[in-house]
Amino acid sequence: MRFLFVLLASLCVGPVHAALNIFSTVPEWAALAQEIGGERVKTFAATTALQDPHHIDARPSLIARARNADLLLATGAELEVGWLPVILRESGNARIQPGQPGYFEATAFVRMLEIPGRLDRADGDVHAQGNPHIQTDPRNYLAVGEALAARLAQIDPGNAAAYRAGYERFAGAWRERIKQWELQTASLKGVPVVSQHKGWAYLYDWLGLREVATLEPKPGIEPSVAHLARVREQTMASKPRMVIRAAYNSARPAEWFAQTSGIPAVVLPFTVGGPAAENLTALFDTTVQRLLKATQ
Amino acid sequence: MNRIPLWMLAAAGVLSSFPALADTDLQALRAEIAQIKQSYEQRIAALESRLKNAETAAPQAPARESSKSTFNPEIGLTLQGRYYRADGDGHITGFLPAGHAHGSERGLSVDHSELTIGGSIDPYFRAQANFAVKDDEIETEEAWVQTSAIGHGFTVKGGRFLSGIGYVNEQHPHAWDFADQNLAYRAMLGEHYGHDGLQLKWLAPTPFFLEFGMEMGQGANWKDRKDPRSRAFTAKVGGDFGTSHAWRAGLSWLNVRASGREGHWDDANDVEAETLFSGRSRYTIADFVWKWAPEGNAKYRNFKFQAEYIKRNEKGSLECEDNSADGGACPAGNITDTYRARQSGWYAQGVYQFHPNWRVGYRYDRLSPGQIDFGAGFNGVLAQPRFTPKRNTLMVDYNPSEFSRLRLQFARDKAEQGKTDNQVTLQYIHTLGAHGAHKF
Repeated sequence: MRFLFVLLASLCVGPVHAALNIFSTVPEWAALAQEIGGERVKTFAATTALQDPHHIDARPSLIARARNADLLLATGAELEVGWLPVILRESGNARIQPGQPGYFEATAFVRMLEIPGRLDRADGDVHAQGNPHIQTDPRNYLAVGEALAARLAQIDPGNAAAYRAGYERFAGAWRERIKQWELQTASLKGVPVVSQHKGWAYLYDWLGLREVATLEPKPGIEPSVAHLARVREQTMASKPRMVIRAAYNSARPAEWFAQTSGIPAVVLPFTVGGPAAENLTALFDTTVQRLLKATQ
Repeated sequence: MNRIPLWMLAAAGVLSSFPALADTDLQALRAEIAQIKQSYEQRIAALESRLKNAETAAPQAPARESSKSTFNPEIGLTLQGRYYRADGDGHITGFLPAGHAHGSERGLSVDHSELTIGGSIDPYFRAQANFAVKDDEIETEEAWVQTSAIGHGFTVKGGRFLSGIGYVNEQHPHAWDFADQNLAYRAMLGEHYGHDGLQLKWLAPTPFFLEFGMEMGQGANWKDRKDPRSRAFTAKVGGDFGTSHAWRAGLSWLNVRASGREGHWDDANDVEAETLFSGRSRYTIADFVWKWAPEGNAKYRNFKFQAEYIKRNEKGSLECEDNSADGGACPAGNITDTYRARQSGWYAQGVYQFHPNWRVGYRYDRLSPGQIDFGAGFNGVLAQPRFTPKRNTLMVDYNPSEFSRLRLQFARDKAEQGKTDNQVTLQYIHTLGAHGAHKF
């Protein structure tokens, strides 16, 4: 009985339009929207830094969240293709369907890397539009943030100036930080590294790190010990300085590689909410610190 | 960037050495030189910045907004095949089957291949069709159009579709966690219930998942229904516990009017009777699903528990077609009399993925033939069995990627009175092309 009352009460109240409801598939765009929108937006991130964003269950709770969203932020480039379409379809929310102003894909606003020359599932989990992990390069937040501020202004015209100002404030401080990070990491230019998953193209592009191998035989496919041994054989000549994995990746492949080859394994937060990455600034502070520590 | 051409300097020097020239001319010349110098500097700076840009920017453009596939519509082909060893023929004692069941051919067979085509029609509708292809038949399992632009939590689906009742009903065989459907569905719903009709769903604006559905239609797979008089109501609720647990529970009602629904009934002497049922079938289905994954990251380890309970009440008339001359159970001249049954069944299963590529599962099935009242006309011909069908199933599957699966299953099937059937299934399921994202 009490359940019914709660139910009826929540039905009558309905969605409260005090703040713009933003549903973000990944934590980084939720954090960015919060930076730009401040108290004018209420953000929800569907995944955490400890979850593989390619493999998420279209849980009922996510469908319920999408139902009331005014704006859906996705990474795009097929990162969420395994689960977001179900959530969109089941949400009964016309505002956030692809093609509507309430649907925003971050990869539409940045320069994409690793666009495959051929599309064949024999190559594993390839993305036709390029590597979707654009959040590992801080410069991308400027382009995405600018587009996002414009989109927020379009959806909520009353606060357009505030979103613009919010972006300018963020971008000003962010450019300064990028400068600092670049100064700190000058020594990383050209350093050879091994990655567990092809998740760092943009980070490497930014810092000038050189990826000499990946542990996964094909993107998204877990490596066997035999494969790891082969990778080690082939890459030791290029003297990699560290092996890098994301917080959500299984620890085993990178640990095995590190132990048997004597180079450090580095766990990077990958996104907001990862180890020691409570916000966007901390995400890159920690990333930079851990990379520097590994090369000392 | 002081790169003033030499000739200019020389010219300036020569000019300035002519004191005869008026001061104004000199100033004009100096201004002109300064202008030229500035313009050169600008052009050089522009060239240098262009060069720098060209060095850093690979000739790649931002991604376009992605739809589920780069071509429209999405086309997917699911290939399934298996080796199946069993002694029995899949009979379930005490139940008049409803609708068709996917084949249980023994030995090697390409089970059935599924062709799925789907996509957005326009900003207002999306559509999907699903064809099951077998040797000499193509069955339209689903062919529907769904709205995407109504909003406010409403969606309307029309055409042929698998009903939203229960949990596993909407799943196609390739998405099952076992090689075959649970006994309760097989005995009472004919693997799953689909109809030609209309479905209205409304998702409540609550912070947790709460969805209501209403359907009307006419049984599609059960070809014996003539009027769009089947009705279904569904209510589903779900949510999360922390980041590692997610659940969904549902309650569904289905009311179907059958006219001449075919079935068979094995009599006490194991002689088969062909039957036709006309009347009302009422179903109540309760379902529950719980999923666990550490930190919500299902890639490496996860567990799924799923259970459903089905109750079926039937009331109408039963016609027994065969005559004993053909070896059937019914005497010549057919029998038609009343039929009433209150029956139920349930199953519970758990599937554990302990490695990115490996899963194991166990399922328990149990049916209760309940109370069956045959009219007096069936006295001495058909009688209620005193028997509880049961089945234990174990499976293990290997998934090299999300597009391929190899499965070994062993079942100890006691669904037919007096028989214990040990069934072995070795199965493959491969998906080619677009693979629609699965529901929870």
